[in-house]
Amino acid sequence: MPDEVFGYRRENGRVGVRNHVVILPIDDISNAACEAVAAHITGTLALPHAYGRLQFGEDLDLHFRTIIGTGANPNVAAAVVIGIEENWTRRVADGIAETGKPVAWFSIEGHGDLETVRRASWKAKEFVQWASELRREPVGLEELTVSIKCGESDTTTGLGSCPTVGVAVDRLVDEGATVFFGETPELTGGEHLIADRMATPELRERFMQTYSTYLEQIESTGADLLGSQPTQGNIAGGLSTIEEKALGNIEKTGTKEIVGVLAAAEAPANGRRGLYFMDSSSAAAEHITLMAAGGAVLHIFPTGQGNIIGNPIEPVIKVTANPKTAASMREHIDTDVTGLLSRELTLEAAGDQLMSDIVRTANGRVTAAEALGHREFVMTKLYRSA
Amino acid sequence: MSENRAGRNGHKFLIHKRGDHVGVATSDIDAGEKVVGVFMDDDSTIELEARSAIPLGHKIAIEPLEPEAEVLEYGIRIGKAPGGFEVGEYVHTHNIKSARW
Repeated sequence: MPDEVFGYRRENGRVGVRNHVVILPIDDISNAACEAVAAHITGTLALPHAYGRLQFGEDLDLHFRTIIGTGANPNVAAAVVIGIEENWTRRVADGIAETGKPVAWFSIEGHGDLETVRRASWKAKEFVQWASELRREPVGLEELTVSIKCGESDTTTGLGSCPTVGVAVDRLVDEGATVFFGETPELTGGEHLIADRMATPELRERFMQTYSTYLEQIESTGADLLGSQPTQGNIAGGLSTIEEKALGNIEKTGTKEIVGVLAAAEAPANGRRGLYFMDSSSAAAEHITLMAAGGAVLHIFPTGQGNIIGNPIEPVIKVTANPKTAASMREHIDTDVTGLLSRELTLEAAGDQLMSDIVRTANGRVTAAEALGHREFVMTKLYRSA
Repeated sequence: MSENRAGRNGHKFLIHKRGDHVGVATSDIDAGEKVVGVFMDDDSTIELEARSAIPLGHKIAIEPLEPEAEVLEYGIRIGKAPGGFEVGEYVHTHNIKSARW
């Protein structure tokens, strides 16, 4: 196996591979204050997003779960939470504080932006200086939670980059690590392959119910999905149908038993390790945001035509087997496995290469997406607000 | 950008599994070109003539199919071919449709 992994061990024992101090808005109208704090205090990371007002029911639950999960992620050392109203702001801060990490919260109503920014900036400065003295320590590969999702897929994804990720996922699971995959609608045509790998009949039932519910919701719109799934980019890359896209996609999940079915942004109960399915959209930014909220600290992203996605919380490693993309979008690619198409590279060797890149990235190597400033943080919204 | 370099075995397309109806071009293929494909499950090869140009990543028919027949790739159905197709034909959204939506 690759070299030793060095990570940040958090107060609750969980392991992170980055050391962010986040300035987290509860709602859209608190973005300005969060961005002002981040502009004042070097080393902090504001996470502006579009929602958080007048949401209700399941949609509101998902909003809270995503915001709290993001702050609780082991790649986050400390969090400053800002919202317009006191109750929801305190609720999110309390949720994050259950991890034991430093959290401070500020509500804007009754104080205004300027006073809030002043107070929050003092706290952010204190957190950054504290976090800057935290040190990486040797950790086990099994302590990492890794997420996977592909994008701008084409047929080279199914031939090369997804099978490479599948090899890495099998090795991670064998080492005892945790891996999340999802993309519920994009399993269409191969959903039976996933169902067959569920560890228990109960999980199989729960997976098929989750899948059917999502599909019914899509089909009830009556829309023609050709051009959306597969996308125009997928079609340009040679993928003809959703089934063909799904079978390539599923290659990246490896071959191991699936030990759990998670709701969007849900963390595994009792910290049980292994391969998990998470109910999620196939849109990259939404997907990775949900997986990070569930606790993933590193993301592996196979691409064919060249998706450029990044995430502010977890580093995203791009893998491609498409020689045109590897040449024309070279600055976005971390792991080049184009040798699989010419058969100059074996799948095992490609897996070794990716495992090495996973460990290097976990140990602090900056990914292409991090270097290029990709920080797509996108909340999943289930329906219109009240 | 053109990418027409043949692979290690002189191949220009790969087939996931024996029994599949289509292969995937790993280089740009010209119309009328005689090309070699490799089956990824047993490393055996197949040679055929491309009926039209096929760009890298796009599919070539390696078996003839009757109209409305199911199309196999990965050993699994990826859709149906409403008008069928001949060996060496370019296979994409014009002659294969999803069986799901």
